Amino acid sequence: MNKILEAKFIGPDIKLFKIDAPKIALKQKAGQFIILRIAENGERIPLTIADSHKEEGWITLIVQGIGATTKALNQLEAGDFVRDLVGPLGQASHIENFGTAVSIGGGVGTAIAYPTAKALKAAGNKVISIIGGRSKQHVILENELAATSDEVYPCTDDGSYGFHGFVTQKLQQLLDSGEKIDFVLAIGPIPMMSAVAEVTRPHGIKTVVSLNPVMVDGTGMCGGCRAYVDGKQVFVCVDGPEFDAHQVDFKILQQRNRTYGIQEQAALEAHMCNIDVVYNEELKNKKIAESI
Amino acid sequence: MAELKTKERMQIPRHDMPEQEPHQRATNFEEVNLGYSIEIAMEEAERCIRCKNPVCVDGCPVSVKIPEFIKMIADGKFDEAAEILKTDNALPAVCGRVCPQEEQCEAVCVLAKKGKPVAIGYLERFAADWQRKHSNLKHAHVQQKTGKKVAIVGGGPAGLSCAGDLIQMGHDVTVFEALHEIGGVLVYGIPEFRLPKEIVRAEVDALHELGVEFVTNYVIGLTETIEELQARFDAIFIGVGAGLPYFLNVPGEHLNGVYSSNEFLTRVNLMKAYDFPNNVTPIYDLKDKNVAVFGGGNTAMDAVRTSKRMGAKRAMICYRRTEKEMPARVEEIKHAKEEGIEFMLLVAPLELVGDDNGVLRAIKLQQMELGEPDSSGRRRPVPIKDAIEEIPVDAVVIAIGNGSNPIISQTTPELIVNKWGNILVDESNMKTNMKGIFAGGDIVTGGATVILAMGAGRTAAKAIDDYLKNPETW
Ligand SMILES: Cc1cc2nc3c(=O)[nH]c(=O)nc-3n(C[C@H](O)[C@H](O)[C@H](O)COP(=O)(O)OP(=O)(O)OC[C@H]3O[C@@H](n4cnc5c(N)ncnc54)[C@H](O)[C@@H]3O)c2cc1C
Ligand code: SF4
Ligand code: FES
Repeated sequence: MNKILEAKFIGPDIKLFKIDAPKIALKQKAGQFIILRIAENGERIPLTIADSHKEEGWITLIVQGIGATTKALNQLEAGDFVRDLVGPLGQASHIENFGTAVSIGGGVGTAIAYPTAKALKAAGNKVISIIGGRSKQHVILENELAATSDEVYPCTDDGSYGFHGFVTQKLQQLLDSGEKIDFVLAIGPIPMMSAVAEVTRPHGIKTVVSLNPVMVDGTGMCGGCRAYVDGKQVFVCVDGPEFDAHQVDFKILQQRNRTYGIQEQAALEAHMCNIDVVYNEELKNKKIAESI
Repeated sequence: MAELKTKERMQIPRHDMPEQEPHQRATNFEEVNLGYSIEIAMEEAERCIRCKNPVCVDGCPVSVKIPEFIKMIADGKFDEAAEILKTDNALPAVCGRVCPQEEQCEAVCVLAKKGKPVAIGYLERFAADWQRKHSNLKHAHVQQKTGKKVAIVGGGPAGLSCAGDLIQMGHDVTVFEALHEIGGVLVYGIPEFRLPKEIVRAEVDALHELGVEFVTNYVIGLTETIEELQARFDAIFIGVGAGLPYFLNVPGEHLNGVYSSNEFLTRVNLMKAYDFPNNVTPIYDLKDKNVAVFGGGNTAMDAVRTSKRMGAKRAMICYRRTEKEMPARVEEIKHAKEEGIEFMLLVAPLELVGDDNGVLRAIKLQQMELGEPDSSGRRRPVPIKDAIEEIPVDAVVIAIGNGSNPIISQTTPELIVNKWGNILVDESNMKTNMKGIFAGGDIVTGGATVILAMGAGRTAAKAIDDYLKNPETW
């Protein structure tokens, strides 16, 4: 069990958790993720580690409540526990001084891009951050990114804040203005990542995306997270999660992520409360155990 | 009972295992085999003619003292029978259920020459189950603490047997497991209807009571490296299993509805997807669907019988050779057939066919026939020209084996592995090329059996004990 030290909403349905996980904090590198299970009857879901503190022994996760598990997770508060937490999983981001690096985050993808943007800055890059959201409240981590970037461009679909338009349009604008870009990191919804890949492709700019397939174990044991890169099968949890955007088959990724559409809906509608029941039961037992 | 004469013993017919009716069990996840009653077990035990030179023992990979434990059952001393088993086999309740006895002890039992061998596996299971249910005796004797610390990497049968021996030798033992539950394949792979989780849990609890520490959700290589463990522990045993599923390498494996057996079985067993949505992990809804499983081993049988239990209308095994070559236990093949599993033999997959949305809808199979014997005398399957068949299916499970998981080797460059990623060891003591580091089980042999993994864990435990006492001689 890992204790939640802090929990706060930082956007609509987007919650930031600071979780006690000293071993993981000690090891975490930008780009890596954890797998957690809220309760005994819960599913295992992967979440990127947004930040960590070695000395204080915590990691942060930023969670958008979409499915049954993430919604249930977002109901937890400081003082609550998650049943299982394992990591850090996956390969760390490849960090070097490329020159000028653009970090693009769409929605909660911004949280995933944040640690890598920070590492790119520390490696000496000029870092330009582009943060996308539907509207102003969906733009997250602007202050944090401002502290580790040379330039930050918030973008909103509805024009309620910052640049009016998609992150790809902002990227195009930068390219058109003659900005010499050496590296692009794009993390967000699949259509966004695939669109960024098409913007950078003609310019031959090295572009990396972080993939988010369905996972079970996260250690290469099940093959459920397989994706196709440069025509070859990869297991995202051990070979990734970051890959060359120009070689990823986004269509297959999108299709595979739809595998459990029906079931997810059912879980969401009927039994979200069920996780709570088991969870609360477990918590109660734990509290009883602690009090004896 | 008065001592029987050998001839009288040989006249007793072998006792079948009582089991759930096929049509009933094909709809539930409860154990198929129900176990011998006391009466049947004692009578079956009387069949053993107590050979002076018991060849069955040679047939057992860990040399269980077979006639001795069987005699105890015949004498009604079940606890003692279990104790004899445990001196050689750390998990008799598991092995009594999953060992391929027909290729090991029972294959060579002298009675097999004239009729049917003694039901050694069923008796092993009986003694172990009896002890678990009835005996409160705590037999394990923990020697005086040595103060030495051993890390066990992986909580499968190899790791558990190594841990069990080392704790009794007086060492401090910590097991690190990547998943959230201990047991390895025994909990994520082998289904409840063949090996109830409760049995594995009881074994793990017993080890815990003896003082073994279990750390779950801990991936060695990532959460902590082997090198870092070396600083905290006096010796390390690596038993991380195979755990990297092979795919068929035919077009269409990306389609929705295509699973590796590891994923399929993990979702159902470990994550209890059969009880969705009470358990949140989803799996394809197989009710009234058609499922094809590629492979002919225990894993394939487990997957196909699981799909039947999930409500599949047609559940098929697709295997490229004939039944004779199937590596699965004979009992699993028999049970599968009784449950209505279809066997498509001498077929090779050509393609998995999907619809426009990337959802699997059919498999294309190439019919094969046995060709001329090759230099090894084996008749290899060869394709029959133009004999290609398309079968509509909704799900495919690929159960053709595992490669070795690369996490440990990638993060421990000093450790020597072969070209398939298996850790190289000295088989007499399971030591690797790194001082104080031992390895055993599927990570060394490639996918094998529970008993071989356990035997390796034991061999390693003995060697580790010696290494801890006399490190300078190693
Ligand atoms: C479906 C199925 C059915 C089978 N049926 C039979 C049968 O009927 N009879 C039989 O004899 N054999 C059977 N086998 C084979 C048998 O289960 C294996 O040979 C045996 O489990 C191997 O034991 P092991 O301890 O080496 O590895 P495993 O059982 O694979 O255990 C290894 C453990 O290590 C953990 N691990 C992996 N990497 C790490 C890491 N880096 N850090 C920490 N932990 C890690 C894994 O999560 C796992 O729990 C079957 C196998 C399968 C898959
Ligand atoms: S070979 Fe058969 S009959 Fe002889 S001791 Fe072993 S089990 Fe008994
Ligand atoms: S999640 Fe199982 S192999 Fe990647």
